[in-house]
Amino acid sequence: MTALGALITRDIRIALRVGGGALIGVLFFLTVVVLMPFAVGPDLALLTRLGPAILWLGALLASLLTLDRLFTADHEDGSLDLIVMSRTPLELACAAKALAHWLAAGLPLVIATPVLGLLLNLDALSTSAVALTLLAGTPALTFTGMIGAALAVTMHRGGLLLAVLVLPLSIPVLIFGVAASQAAITGPSSFGAPFSILCALSLVSFVIGPFAAAASLRHGLD
Amino acid sequence: MRLSGRDLRCVRGGREVFSGLDFTASSGEALVVTGPNGSGKTSLLRLIAGLLVIEGGSIGLEGGDSELTLPEQAHYLGHRDALKPALSVEENLSFWRDFLGGEAFDARASLVTVGLDHAAQLPAAFLSAGQRRRLSIARLIALRRPIWLLDEPTNALDTAGQSMFAALMSDHLARGGLIVAATHAPLGLQGSELRIGGSS
Repeated sequence: MTALGALITRDIRIALRVGGGALIGVLFFLTVVVLMPFAVGPDLALLTRLGPAILWLGALLASLLTLDRLFTADHEDGSLDLIVMSRTPLELACAAKALAHWLAAGLPLVIATPVLGLLLNLDALSTSAVALTLLAGTPALTFTGMIGAALAVTMHRGGLLLAVLVLPLSIPVLIFGVAASQAAITGPSSFGAPFSILCALSLVSFVIGPFAAAASLRHGLD
Repeated sequence: MRLSGRDLRCVRGGREVFSGLDFTASSGEALVVTGPNGSGKTSLLRLIAGLLVIEGGSIGLEGGDSELTLPEQAHYLGHRDALKPALSVEENLSFWRDFLGGEAFDARASLVTVGLDHAAQLPAAFLSAGQRRRLSIARLIALRRPIWLLDEPTNALDTAGQSMFAALMSDHLARGGLIVAATHAPLGLQGSELRIGGSS
């Protein structure tokens, strides 16, 4: 446990310090959502209807933007070699890295959502519904995105590849995240069903993500 | 403890680097790997460290900890320092000591040994090449692992650093450790030599 704790602390520290990726994700999220009302125009009803979709798209793109560095930074400076040689199973190390990434880059998106909800004319209840779906859904984005990040390690400049690989995996998360938010805001369908599926997607990604990422890292050693 | 390789073959990028390579090294012994550039010294170390796929032959370890794999008992000191510029010198060292697993020692004392204690709180981004190397060496002594795989370990070290490292290596051998080092420069070590590649 000390080993995993050390890895999580290290990754969060790096992300929060100057040059780390944590702030970049939130700023990107902020930019996308702030620009949207200007692009769509001053139709408040339309903004309310599009609100959850915009927030979810912003969060998805922001997490793609920061996931790119999850393993490549460690690969470039040789840390990944040592991580593979550690006595901690690689699967657990991958899970710890993803958790640290979510805490540093995913959680801030959830925290920023209430502020951004104001810009999209969402009332308090709707905003908290969207924030709740993001809280349940962004871990799935991180843990499935990790698979793409691990695959992209062996290819130089794999950033774009990551987006192409990860997008299909994130589509279900996006569908059920937005469906649950819409249900809470406009009804009439229930919030519970899509939200449960969203939670299930997250749980499945916790299991599959670390194993798939570790397998692809081992395979890609060179 | 005895580390041996038999009939090893290594392929990188579809090209055969070496084949039919045999070596042995026992506790308290250093194996110095020499050869021209591109002959596969680094590849051999990475094969032993489990960082490359073995294409043919086998690597065996007798008398080590049977619960652990060979890479889990080895330190690898490669070209890349595995240092994070955003973290301080002490944070970098403490992380690897806590994460890698093994018998751990005081990080501060290891920094004193390699002569970096005055810079413990400095972000690693500001270290010189020689200081980065010293910090990597501190990892070897902050955490005890019986096998040291060293790739050009004295690169960028000054004369004082080289003699400091030579002392650390003989100390490690005296405790029954095992060293496989790829190098061009003399390390000041008594040990057998393994020559890979051409006769130049």
